Amino acid sequence: MDLDFNQDDIDFRNEVRDFIKVSYTQEMKDELARSKNGSASKELHIKWQKSLYEKGWIAPNWPEEHGGPGFTTTQKYIFETEMAHAGAPRTIPFGLSMVAPVLMEFGTEEQKKKYLPDILSTKVWWCQGYSEPGSGSDLASLQCKAEDKGDHYLVNGTKIWTTLAQHADMIFCLVRTSKTEKPQEGISFLLIDMKSPGIDVRPLITLDQSPSPYQEVNQVFFEDVKVPKENLVGEENKGWTYAKYLLEFERGNSYSPSLYRGIQKLKDIARDTSTGNGKYLINDMDFINKLNQCEIEVQALEFVELRIFSALSAGQRVGPESSILKCRGTELQQKIQELSVEAIGYWSSPFVYDTFANINEPSIGPEYAMTITPSYLNGRKTTIYAGSNEIQRNIISKAVLGL
Amino acid sequence: MDFSFSEEQTLLRNTIQSFIQDNYDFDKRREIIQSEEGMSKDNWKQLAELGLLGVPFSENDGGLEFGSVETMIVAEEFGKGLVVEPYIQTVVTCGGFLRRASEAQRQEYLPSLISGDEIWAFAYAEPQGRFNLADIKVSASKNGNDYTLNGDKCVVSAAPWAQKLIVSARTSGDQSDKEGISLFIVDKSTDGVSTRDYKTVDGSMASEISFENVKLNSSSLIGEEGDAYALIELVADETIAALCAEAIGAMSVLNETTVEYCKTRKQFGQPIGKFQVLQHRMVDMFMQYEQSVSMTYMVNLKLEEEDVERSKAASGAKVQICNAAKFIGQSAVQLHGGMGMTDELNVGHYFKRLSMIETQLGNADHHLKKYSLAS
Repeated sequence: MDLDFNQDDIDFRNEVRDFIKVSYTQEMKDELARSKNGSASKELHIKWQKSLYEKGWIAPNWPEEHGGPGFTTTQKYIFETEMAHAGAPRTIPFGLSMVAPVLMEFGTEEQKKKYLPDILSTKVWWCQGYSEPGSGSDLASLQCKAEDKGDHYLVNGTKIWTTLAQHADMIFCLVRTSKTEKPQEGISFLLIDMKSPGIDVRPLITLDQSPSPYQEVNQVFFEDVKVPKENLVGEENKGWTYAKYLLEFERGNSYSPSLYRGIQKLKDIARDTSTGNGKYLINDMDFINKLNQCEIEVQALEFVELRIFSALSAGQRVGPESSILKCRGTELQQKIQELSVEAIGYWSSPFVYDTFANINEPSIGPEYAMTITPSYLNGRKTTIYAGSNEIQRNIISKAVLGL
Repeated sequence: MDFSFSEEQTLLRNTIQSFIQDNYDFDKRREIIQSEEGMSKDNWKQLAELGLLGVPFSENDGGLEFGSVETMIVAEEFGKGLVVEPYIQTVVTCGGFLRRASEAQRQEYLPSLISGDEIWAFAYAEPQGRFNLADIKVSASKNGNDYTLNGDKCVVSAAPWAQKLIVSARTSGDQSDKEGISLFIVDKSTDGVSTRDYKTVDGSMASEISFENVKLNSSSLIGEEGDAYALIELVADETIAALCAEAIGAMSVLNETTVEYCKTRKQFGQPIGKFQVLQHRMVDMFMQYEQSVSMTYMVNLKLEEEDVERSKAASGAKVQICNAAKFIGQSAVQLHGGMGMTDELNVGHYFKRLSMIETQLGNADHHLKKYSLAS
């Protein structure tokens, strides 16, 4: 057991830093720094992901046979840390880290050939069709149905909280293919072309009030949408198994690198925030103790993550322990956002219209303050989405503790 | 000892409740806050007609001569209705200064305030001062009988709607001295006053205000030159007492809405309110609310006490309200799930207002320190 980097690791770290210096341009930095909800324009995301793709680093968790870079655990750690430290955009997860692992595990050879390369190159943008208005925490109660019409399915129903569906080319959906006593047993996993006739995407405006077309989530309506049979993943009515497999990837990523970045930004704010009489917030022990409490908890999470991820090889899933990461990662993220609002004091109050703040007019108060309240408000979603943290605790209680 | 409301107080509460019922449903509020004006002049006129703009002023000054409990009732009901019209800013804060101003000033300014013809805003915060009311760089230098005002005030709540401002300025001393602070009445249309107006996260409005060689007559000075700090603290505490009342109004709506939602929203074949983990969270929200109500009564009943007692009461109440506002606001969103994240439901709007109240006139950390220093 040791924490040391060898010379190869140090060389790799320099390579990552050089890559970021060249590929993460000032223009991209400016755009992302102004984003109220953490997303940038579709063009920026695609440009960034293509540069990662060309370098061979777009999918650090994929096995090499499908185009993964074959990083060691240490390299993965270095990669994520450097990316987060630089504040680089996150890759859009729906294709790369959600549907792709499912296809690798349960898809046919044709499906792998058809979809995986386009996910890797960001030629196709995916979104996720899981929740429905009546089926949130109780996902298995979902009603969106796919009827067998011989050579195709006919899909009717709706999906909600569909992140960035307005940009998507494809959606992976959980649909009901049969009514069984156990609702889990009648669900199938279907891939649907977003250009199919009968699909309607409507924006949902959330607390940060990012206006359409920059909304983060949508409701997607399906009316007599024809989906070819070959778009079924795995077996009919076995979709619940694949859905759960996917959720462990959705929840089981590392949070600590970006949390450290959040703490770093918060320290910068505290250094810049005058508290009167020539003093600054960074000298205020009450505030600094809270900030450092957060930093210590982030470090605890970091080492949980390192222990878990170093036990896995590429393409493996975390298992129910992913719920620990999801709970602690999201709750710490919210805590940092909360402290950020606290730090900026009265500058938390001005409302920012544009999704990309400060484009049309100079900021009110310091520039960095403009995105802090919107991020805090929007960040409340993180303990709700991907299975609320109440559900995550139920999972840990049942699957880990055996209660 | 008696915690019951008088018949007159109950009548006052009923009056406001029916005003809100008639004029302030959620859709109407949305229209108001999305309009360019950002508030409703009609509503303001109606509040004047109901006599509400005269609540704290003496009968001699044309008011109702009510006390802090009546102001608390008004603010609490406005909190339930999420009213954006600047009642606290104009009547409680600026009114708090004006009812202690000279006879001549009261006669000059109170009639148009009480009649709803003029809105007032208190410009106190400065970019470097954070929550320290004494940290003032805006200067008022005296030449003969006049003063010249220079400097910047930030995030001045309700200023876009105001015709008149009360401005704290330094007439002597160093940046954060408690001595040497004076209060001035400034007509917003005076030469040298410039504003940048904007909407705020909670649906209200505020301004950045610059004063550049603004000439003021000495008749615009409230009280004695250099001696305003104690009055500022007093009025800030009165404002905190009203903000606490507004907050408990907002909290009560969030708690009721959340309990109702959890009784009707079904998952896993039963209302989600049947799950113990959510029950306990709602019980905690309820307990936080009850403690907040109690601390709000406490501070409103102690506003007449001498300075240290009053200040501790205000800081103690603000700490409780800040913590409860955060817990109840965040929990209400969480328990509403994805729907709690939407702009469409009222939950988020109450959450935002409560979040802003946390900061107004000092957050929990600030008041905990203030309380400790006074103890």
